[in-house]
Amino acid sequence: MLNLRLYMLQRITAILMAPLVLGHLAVMIYAIQGGLSAAEVLSRTQGSFLWLLFYGTFAVAVAIHGAIGLRAIVHEWGGLKGVALDVFMWVVGFSLFTLGARAVWAVTFAKGLGA
Amino acid sequence: MKAASGITSRAHPLWLAYILHRLSGLALALFLPLHLWVLALAMTDPERLDGFLNLTEAGAVKLAEFGLVFLLAVHMFGGLRLMAMEWLPWSTSQKTLAASAAAISFLISLLFFLKAI
Amino acid sequence: MTNDVLKVTIERSADVPDVFEVPAFESQTVLDVVSWIQQNADPTLSYRFACRVGMCGSCAMMVNGVPRWTCRTHINKVLDGNEITIGPLRNLPVIKDLAVDMDPFFDKWVSAEGVHHGTLTRVDPIAPVDEDSAARVEANAGIECINCSVCYAACDTVTGNPEYLGPAALQRAWTLLNDAKDEGRVAILDAVSGSGGCHNCHSMGSCTAYCPNDLDPMSAIAGLKRETAKSFFKRGR
Repeated sequence: MLNLRLYMLQRITAILMAPLVLGHLAVMIYAIQGGLSAAEVLSRTQGSFLWLLFYGTFAVAVAIHGAIGLRAIVHEWGGLKGVALDVFMWVVGFSLFTLGARAVWAVTFAKGLGA
Repeated sequence: MKAASGITSRAHPLWLAYILHRLSGLALALFLPLHLWVLALAMTDPERLDGFLNLTEAGAVKLAEFGLVFLLAVHMFGGLRLMAMEWLPWSTSQKTLAASAAAISFLISLLFFLKAI
Repeated sequence: MTNDVLKVTIERSADVPDVFEVPAFESQTVLDVVSWIQQNADPTLSYRFACRVGMCGSCAMMVNGVPRWTCRTHINKVLDGNEITIGPLRNLPVIKDLAVDMDPFFDKWVSAEGVHHGTLTRVDPIAPVDEDSAARVEANAGIECINCSVCYAACDTVTGNPEYLGPAALQRAWTLLNDAKDEGRVAILDAVSGSGGCHNCHSMGSCTAYCPNDLDPMSAIAGLKRETAKSFFKRGR
């Protein structure tokens, strides 16, 4: 169900995300002080290549990592296998990536509020 | 020790570390689409985003956030534990690692909680 | 012992547990109890054993939900009050009563390249083995496996993923990989990198927790993950 390539992808994305998660936790702890607002979040992230890079990498890594992780769970606990299992993994990965990319774009370079 | 047919006794630290890692990962993967969708509202519907962000001040939601931070920390330290176990040539300290992973995660989430209130 | 009679539940294949009353004796093993039932209460009860001294690996069963070698398990250590439940090993097809079909277990042993890969012939001199080398120490740690399938029955990953080679077969692959006399390195690494290979292991450690010989298959599998990861960067597969 998991071969060497999927295993390595899972571990490499994990190592990539470890510092990103720490950064994300730190940002959260900092950002929630005094409440959250859309304007506050956007004032930090909008127009920033650095945040685009940070959360863009995060979005790609989490899409791969989540898709492979859910693959293992639906196989072992749900009995999904063969082509259906591969299709499931790709759909999850692609959906997570699309949602992630959309969200990262929304808070960095999209023309919306306050730009 | 009650015997249930076909169920192995699983009460040992590494199995508990495994199930914690799996369930935290599953929960994060299920939460993530919601999180990303809400963020994308910045582009499509900024007022609604503010509505969601205001929700984070409510008590129950705060507790859920604490849970999410805990899950993220527990999954990350659990994963680091796993990779250390697989790739570094230490073999007897795994149980200690499992325990300290949980402890550090708890500390981080506690810090978050204290800052949040 | 406080009780004179043991209440023994045998989980037979047709989902109908049979309950037997068995006289308690001094120094009684789980296998003794099963044998008493077969000899005195129900001659149709099927089970498997051979050596009775923990060498042959044929008598493993589920005892109160835990896989154990029954010939070396004292009944006093596992009794719940005066009750005990004995069933066939988990994760293997049941043939009848307490006897399971071990074929999948041994087939996976071979699929993991758990066979000798020699290059020398009988006319070559015997290859010297350095007992103190790091590789030999690794190999020695795992060679006392008696193929009892307790680890295989303990593993939840085997339950959920029937393709998975399992702890015993992968541990043998690891000992051969570290054996100076075995030349099957590439074959072994390829065999344990497939879709049922070592990368399916979640390190839940039930194999190591229940191995009756105190072996550590989980760490052996970690060794395979390490070696395959190295070869992934070197060979690109």
